[in-house]
Amino acid sequence: MTWLLAGPVVLPLIAAVVTRMLPRGSLVQRLFSLVAALGLLGLSAALLTTVWRNGILAGQMGDWPAPFGITLVADHLAAAMVAVTAVIGVATIVYSFADLAGKGLSDGFHTLLHVLLAGVCGAFLAGDIFNLYVWYEVMLISSFALLVLGDTRAQLDGAVRYAALNLVATTLLLSGIGLLYGLTGTLNMADLHLRVQEVEHQGLLTVVAVLFIAAFGIKSAVFPLFFWLPASYHTPKVSVSAIFSGLLTKVGVYSMMRVFTLIFTHDVGYTHEILLWTAGLTMVTGVLGAAAQNELRRILSFHIISQIGYMILGVALFTPLGLLGAVFYIIHHIIVKANLFFIAGAARRMGGSWDLQNLGSLYREAPLLAVLFFVPAFSLAGFPPLSGFWAKLFLIEASIESSNYAIAAVALAVGLLTAYSMTKIWVNGFWKARPPEAHRPSQLPPLRRRLLLGPVAGLAGLTIMIGLYVQPLYTLAERAAAELMEPTGYVEAVLGTGSAPEMANRLAGQEVRAQ
Amino acid sequence: MEPIIAVLVGFLIGCSTYLMLQRNLIRFVLGLALISHAANLLIFASGGLTRGLPAVIMAGETKPQLGVANALPQALILTAIVISFSVLTFALVLAFRAYQRLQTVDTDAMRAAEPPVPTAPAQPEGKVGLP
Repeated sequence: MTWLLAGPVVLPLIAAVVTRMLPRGSLVQRLFSLVAALGLLGLSAALLTTVWRNGILAGQMGDWPAPFGITLVADHLAAAMVAVTAVIGVATIVYSFADLAGKGLSDGFHTLLHVLLAGVCGAFLAGDIFNLYVWYEVMLISSFALLVLGDTRAQLDGAVRYAALNLVATTLLLSGIGLLYGLTGTLNMADLHLRVQEVEHQGLLTVVAVLFIAAFGIKSAVFPLFFWLPASYHTPKVSVSAIFSGLLTKVGVYSMMRVFTLIFTHDVGYTHEILLWTAGLTMVTGVLGAAAQNELRRILSFHIISQIGYMILGVALFTPLGLLGAVFYIIHHIIVKANLFFIAGAARRMGGSWDLQNLGSLYREAPLLAVLFFVPAFSLAGFPPLSGFWAKLFLIEASIESSNYAIAAVALAVGLLTAYSMTKIWVNGFWKARPPEAHRPSQLPPLRRRLLLGPVAGLAGLTIMIGLYVQPLYTLAERAAAELMEPTGYVEAVLGTGSAPEMANRLAGQEVRAQ
Repeated sequence: MEPIIAVLVGFLIGCSTYLMLQRNLIRFVLGLALISHAANLLIFASGGLTRGLPAVIMAGETKPQLGVANALPQALILTAIVISFSVLTFALVLAFRAYQRLQTVDTDAMRAAEPPVPTAPAQPEGKVGLP
C-alpha cells in the first residue's frame, strides 16, 4: 500500500514536469493539468477510504525501518486534508481556465500549482519532522513564484513581505528541529512522541515548543505574526489567491495540531495556554481588521486570520471535542474560504471592481452569483444549517465544557462580527444600485461565465451537503480527534508493535546514539 | 568546542536580526543569509561534535569500537544548505525585480500593495512617511 501513500506526492510532481513540457498555454496543457488533478482526487479518495476502513496507514520509503528511514503516515486527519486539497486543486484549475485567459499567465501557473499541491500533500503525509520542513520549502518556493505571476507592482510589493516573513519562519522551524534533534536524537514524529518523555530537562523542551509555536504561528498567520497575510494575499490572480487562502495557512494549523498533540504535551498548562490566548487575540484582531476594509479581497484576507483563531482554539483546548471541532473547522474552512475568493473574482469580472464602493447591482445582473455568494458567506459566519454552524457549535461547546467561558464568548462575538462583514459585502456589492460613475464591464461570454461559476457552485454544494448531512464528516473528525488525543495507535502504526527484529534494530540504534 | 559554536550562533543571529530590522531590502536579504547559516551551525552543534571518529562501522564488526561520528546532522545541514541557497537566490531576484519595478529598496516606501499611510497626507507623493 506504499504507493497509495506516496501517490499524492508523486503524481503532482510528475504532472508539474509534464505540464512544463507540453506546449505552453495550450489547451492540451490545461486539460492535462485538469486530468492530473482529477487523478490526485481519485488517489486521495482511495487513501481516505483505506484509512477509513483499516485505520492508520504508514509506509517506509525505501524499506528502511521506521525511526531511520523516511516515513509517510496517513491517519484520518492527514487523509482528509489530502482529499480536501485535491478538491481545491481541481476547483482552482477549472476556475483558472476562465481566470487566467490572458497570454503568458497560464504558462507557469499549472506547473507551479502542481508543485504547490505536491508540497501541501507532502506536508500532510510527512511522518518525520525534517521532511515536514522540506515540504514546507517546496510549498514556499512554488508559492513565491505563483504570487508574482503577472509581475505587477502590487504583486512584487506583496511578495517581498510574504517572502521575508515566511523565510524567517522556516529558519525558526529549522532551528527548532535542530534543537529538538539535539534533545531527543530522533526526527521521526512517532519516535519523538516516545523520546520526549525521556528528556531530562523538560524546561528546554518547552523552549523548543515555543520556537515551534512561533514558526508555525507565522505560517498560519496568528496574532501577532500575521502581518504578511493581508499585505500579500489580495495581490495575485484570483486563482492563486483562492488556493493560497484555502491551503497554505492551513498547513501551518495542521502542523500545529500534529506537533502539539504528538510531541509537545509535557507542559500543556504552559504551551496550550499560550495557544489559547493566541487563538482569542487572532479571532478578534482578524475580524476587526476585516471590518475596517472596503476591498473585497482584503476583507476576505483578514477573515482568514480570524478563522485561523478558531482552529487554534480547538488545539489549545486539547480535549477530544475541541480537536474534533478544530478538524471539522479546518475542512469546512478550506472549502468555504477558497470559494469566497472565487466569488470575489467572479464579482470583479461581472461588476468591474474590487472596491465595495464601486460595486453594486450584482443581485440583478448576476442572480446566480448572488445566490452562490450566500452559501459560503453565511457558512463562514456560522449560520445554520451550513457547515460553519456545526464547526462553531462544536468549538464553543468544547470551550464551555472545559470551563473556558471567556473564549466561548469571544468566539460567539467574532461570529457576529463575521456576519457583519458578510452583510456589508452583500449590501454594497450585490444589493445597492451601482453608483452611476462606476464603470460596468461588458458581459462575459457564456463559456467563461460557466467556467467561473462551475467551481463556485460545486464548492457551495459541498458546503450545503456538509451542513445538511453532517454525520460522515462528524464521524471522520471524531476519529481524527481520537487519534490525535491518543497517539498510541499512530506510534504503533509507524514503529510496529514491537516485533523482534524491529526492536533489535532500535536497540542497536540507541546504543550507537548513546556513544 | 560546543560553547564556541554556541557563541558563534548567537553572534550570527544577533547580526542577522540587526540587518533584518533595517529598512533596506538588500540588508534584509543579507540578514536572511546569515540567519540560515546560524540555523545550520545550530543543527551541527546540537547533533554533538566529535573529532577524528569514523561515521561508519568497520567491516566485520557489529558495533563501533571507539564510538562514531554522527552523520545525520551533516545530512540535514546539507539539505538545508541546498534549500536555503535556492531560496536566497530567489529572494535576491525578487529584491532586484522589486527595485526595478518600484524604484526603491526602502521597504517603508514600498506601498504598492497597500493604501498609503493615512497619517501623512501633507507629504509629497512617492516618499510616504519618510523623513
